[in-house]
Amino acid sequence: MACNGSGCQSNCYKDEEEAESGAYCAPSTELTKGGTTATDLLANKLCAKCKVKEAISGYGGIDDGRFCADCFRSNLFGKFRFAVSSTAMISPTDKVLVAFSGGPSSRVALQFVHEMQQRSQKNFDASRDRSLPVFGVGVVFIDESAVTPIPSPEMEKTVEDITLIVSSLAPPAKELHVVPLETIYSSDSGDGKDRLAKLVHSVNDPTGREDMVLYLRMLALQKVASEYGYSRLVLGSCISRIACHVISATVKGQGYSLPADIQYVDARWEIPVVLPLRDCLAQEINLLCRLDGLKTLELSEGPRAGINGLVSCFVALLQEENPSRECTIVRTAGKLIPFQFNRIPEISDDNVPLATRRRQKRYNLKSNESVSSELFCSLCNSPLDKSENVDLNNLDSFSAVCCSSCWFQILPKDPSSMERFYSDLPQSIVARGKQDRNGNLNILREQIKDCLLSDTEDET
Amino acid sequence: MQEVGTNPKRSSGRMCCICNQRRAALKRTKTLEQICKECFYDVFEEEIHQAIVSNQLFKPGQRIAICASGGKDSTVLAYVLSTLNKRYNYRLDLFLLSVDEGITGYRDDSLETVKRNEIQYGLPLKILSYKDLYGWTMDEIVKMIGLKNNCTFCGVFGRQALDRGAALLEVDKVVTGHNADDIAETVLLNILRGDIARLSRCTSITTGQFIALFSTIIGFCLLQTLDRLATYAYFKKLDYFSTECIYSPNAYRGFAREFIKDLERLRPRAILDIIKSGENFRISTTMKMPEQGTCERCGYISSQKWCKACVLLEGLNRGLPTLGIGRNRGSVNGRKNSEETKGGKSIESKGCGTLDF
Repeated sequence: MACNGSGCQSNCYKDEEEAESGAYCAPSTELTKGGTTATDLLANKLCAKCKVKEAISGYGGIDDGRFCADCFRSNLFGKFRFAVSSTAMISPTDKVLVAFSGGPSSRVALQFVHEMQQRSQKNFDASRDRSLPVFGVGVVFIDESAVTPIPSPEMEKTVEDITLIVSSLAPPAKELHVVPLETIYSSDSGDGKDRLAKLVHSVNDPTGREDMVLYLRMLALQKVASEYGYSRLVLGSCISRIACHVISATVKGQGYSLPADIQYVDARWEIPVVLPLRDCLAQEINLLCRLDGLKTLELSEGPRAGINGLVSCFVALLQEENPSRECTIVRTAGKLIPFQFNRIPEISDDNVPLATRRRQKRYNLKSNESVSSELFCSLCNSPLDKSENVDLNNLDSFSAVCCSSCWFQILPKDPSSMERFYSDLPQSIVARGKQDRNGNLNILREQIKDCLLSDTEDET
Repeated sequence: MQEVGTNPKRSSGRMCCICNQRRAALKRTKTLEQICKECFYDVFEEEIHQAIVSNQLFKPGQRIAICASGGKDSTVLAYVLSTLNKRYNYRLDLFLLSVDEGITGYRDDSLETVKRNEIQYGLPLKILSYKDLYGWTMDEIVKMIGLKNNCTFCGVFGRQALDRGAALLEVDKVVTGHNADDIAETVLLNILRGDIARLSRCTSITTGQFIALFSTIIGFCLLQTLDRLATYAYFKKLDYFSTECIYSPNAYRGFAREFIKDLERLRPRAILDIIKSGENFRISTTMKMPEQGTCERCGYISSQKWCKACVLLEGLNRGLPTLGIGRNRGSVNGRKNSEETKGGKSIESKGCGTLDF
């Protein structure tokens, strides 16, 4: 059967190869997970790329059993490099912050960013005029012990391990920021941890609570990136993760804003967020970690509850049944029109070499194929559809500019708990909401001015 | 959004909060209002009437076929539509249209139900059988190809049988009893298999592209969740048949259906949210969409040289039942397929015919 993955051509002589190389034994028994059977291993054959070494198999995914370890590694890095170079994600002048949770995906993201930095360091050292600087790399770990039941010794151990991982990377040295989630509250108030716990626990819906933590984490990452002068935030979201997000966003009724979250670049934030592992499968990432002995950490958070957990089980089931299912899901969602902010903002700075600017222009998203959105949900910052229930008369209130999904699963229903919820929100969300609303208000006032009776605003 | 029948003994004494005269028999899960049977009927029927009026689904004097499988949804559909037709004087010429796949132990029993409905509602019944249309019953097909992929045949033939039946009987519109769960399931399935063309149209109440042919299929998706239809059928004591197709356990849809059921248990609103997402998807206009043409063999709509039903039928008649299933090279539409292996991902040849709408 021909595969339907991208770059299919080389797959077509699979059958012949299988016939030739029936008797190879797997050298990599320990690499396979418990679920795979012995027959998978026996079907080993020569690497489809170098035709010299034996292919490794049994890890799942579309390319399973096609490449040898070296070709697999370079193939995976190639996907990363393609994502980075095709969207001009990282320029030499950038300072890149890698969000590191300790899990396999972010570990590989860190490793690849590190390798890329090393290469450009080599180029820099070799070049005579030293015109292209080497981009800077930092690492951030968000300590969420305020909202998740993780025992503090475990957290201490995790932080220790992470420090070790980051410091053991070859130079250039990377700065590590270990930041608690409550950093989103201004430091002078001192009761950040309590307010955070109160805020998160006031969300009754388990799915909503998970999503809320996700939004807050992004806030914390943005805060760190902005405070320390980073210009990009790298997340390790892989295909499998994005496929789950596609389905769960659909289930939560976020069909309008969905394309915003799954592109290589998401510049609606102050510091643009980039997803260079968008084309890598979780299985491939896990394999790379095992092959290269990359140390990963799993915090004992327990299974995910609610919709998100259900969706990831569903997607895992489908992936098992058809190894290209996750890719198909992401490709389908990739055909939805992205937003204008899904591109790296143009550099107008003359200090940036012309070549960089030109390349960026060439590869950047074409603006005629994107949607502009003026309104953003005050809570999750997702773009709002015009049909969304935005109360035009009531734009100065926080909850009026929230998406229906946040309304349903996060915001408290009765007014008094809403007030409490609002007072526990970090200043940055409140401020962002206000700023957005003021901007929006003017646009909207312009649109509805004929219907307004008074010209004055009683706002702020 | 949905009502759940409660034990009448427990709610004794409570009066309906709409009419305040009769005893409440139901609790609306959304508002927790307690209402009586009569008011529930009124609310339900009024909602459907509004959907018909606001979407201008019918014109007076039109000939309307109601797809009747004998199941709960289509039984409710037939009952409600004939009731509303009389009450609001739509002046529609209604009749029941059934497709007989030829599945012993399933369809023959459900057709008995439809035949009883014919008498109960006074609507004439037309039955189209796979045997007459294609020369094969599903039982014969399964005997030949086994339990794998049999739903592909049934889906393709069933969809076209409705088209052909509608043409044969000169109807203006065909109404099907698809409910919100079916639509949500279709949205999900289209994402899962990358069918962007269907994803863009599967949530609309009328699938307009069939107007060009002899009839229009209206997905009568009135955004009712299953429970409400079940409640209606239960209280009205409607006569319906409730058994899964005997070949159904092998259907690929099963995965998605199971998932939807789980979702609904967790968050009933998720069904409507999926449909809302489906409506809000903005699909790139530069996307290549399959072009609609006609089948060179039978003349029905097809995006390929031959329509899927003809390809499958050819396979059956030539004793090559896997023809047209999956991505095989030697098919009639092979020209396109070979293009695909060379050129990469072209959406046109994604085997659209295998799927129902």
